[in-house]
Amino acid sequence: MFELLDRETLGIIILTLQMTLLSTAISLVLGVPLGLWLDRVNFKGKSILVLINRTLMASPPVVIGLVVYLLLMRNGPFGSLGWLFTLQAMVIAQVLLLTPIICGIVYTASQRSSSHIRSFAVTMGATKWQTQVLLIKELGNEIYFAAITGFGRAMSEVGAIMIVGGNIRYHTRVMTTTISLLRNRGEINQAIFLGAILMLIALAIQIIAGILRKRERRTDENY
Amino acid sequence: MKKKNALSLIVLVILCICLMALAACGPGGSGSSGGTITLATTTSTDDSGLLDFILPVFTDETGWDVQVISVGTGAALQLGRDGEADVLLVHARSQEDQFVADGFAESRHDVMYNDFIIVGPDGGALSHNNDIDKTFSDILTQNLPFISRGDESGTHTRELQLWDSLGVNPEDNENYLESGQGMGATLGMAAEMNAYTLSDRGTWLSYANKGDLIIICEGSPRLLNPYGVMVVSTTLVPAGAQAFVDWIISPAAQELIASFGIEDFGQPLFFPDA
Repeated sequence: MFELLDRETLGIIILTLQMTLLSTAISLVLGVPLGLWLDRVNFKGKSILVLINRTLMASPPVVIGLVVYLLLMRNGPFGSLGWLFTLQAMVIAQVLLLTPIICGIVYTASQRSSSHIRSFAVTMGATKWQTQVLLIKELGNEIYFAAITGFGRAMSEVGAIMIVGGNIRYHTRVMTTTISLLRNRGEINQAIFLGAILMLIALAIQIIAGILRKRERRTDENY
Repeated sequence: MKKKNALSLIVLVILCICLMALAACGPGGSGSSGGTITLATTTSTDDSGLLDFILPVFTDETGWDVQVISVGTGAALQLGRDGEADVLLVHARSQEDQFVADGFAESRHDVMYNDFIIVGPDGGALSHNNDIDKTFSDILTQNLPFISRGDESGTHTRELQLWDSLGVNPEDNENYLESGQGMGATLGMAAEMNAYTLSDRGTWLSYANKGDLIIICEGSPRLLNPYGVMVVSTTLVPAGAQAFVDWIISPAAQELIASFGIEDFGQPLFFPDA
């Protein structure tokens, strides 16, 4: 069975990690501030914005894939970039899927606790920027949860990246699209084997993230 | 309280195990429901709309319902080996003969054929011709972008045979890509990337988004694509499976196949040869 862990499979695993980590990181950078902003502001159309966010959290990957495909196709608005069937296209599709989820989780979490943190920061004379940093620190657990949720979605996703990545061998073939291909070929055993590796990698990353999180909390407590 | 929790946990675990056991015996029993047969076939017969055209007639005439699973030929044959399908309608002659030789089916019958074509960008390096050897060797030597299905489907098997008969390795072409997807998705990628690919004519004619692609090579006898039908030996509904085979090679059904596509495309997509 270990002959399956050949060069090609290793390449697929590396590409999968590249894609998931990149999309999760970008989605965090976009989604966390967006969620905090959504909590801070108050205007008339806000409830509609929240509704849109909630709806996008459930957007079907296949639809997102088609939208990104249309945007990046040769005759599409961003066709000149030549990004269709590349890693970039897959990351864009995943960022569109993940950002609403991360934004929604952060928004919900900060609704619960942000008001005392904010008033505390104001009484301590913190600037706007310092308040944001404090909020992110205090919401650490929730943001961590948002990150692993997003990461899980990115790792398990297949519909969108199949369309925009094209599942091209050695180029855009990742673990989930390989599993889907193996299934189409009738090679169920190999598909399951690769699925097990995927789960193991997910487990390893959760353990590493958990350790990092613990260490960070310990240093926080030292203040 | 703690004891109660533990008890409910145990009940939950047992429930889960029961469910899994049920799921495990599910597929084995599903083929036996009277009046329904499972047909495993290639994406090309389903995508082209042929099955939607002929199966209602079969059901009307014989009373057997047909459940269609359309996958690549490799996967369809595997479904047959696993006993998940009763009848196979596939197109990879060498693999079909192996299937019969291995005892998974008693015999294989010709049903129909269509043909493969090479499509590629209009105004590209190659112009329309009927010399498959020259077309393939030009693609290789000029490093033209070529998208292979790469999914062990009947179309992919044929493509590899064509490279093989030239005695070349297609991967020497640095622009040789494998999509690992169905014919429609692969045609879409070829249109987007201005690449060449091997397609069956049926899917090509019914595919909507052709872009700048045109037929580059067609008409070579080596591009013929015969379909065969087989009753899987392990079928639980031999009567229905045999009825399907008898029906599809009957003159009436063969005429029906010959008429399919004329209305929509001005030409038949499949040529009966039972």
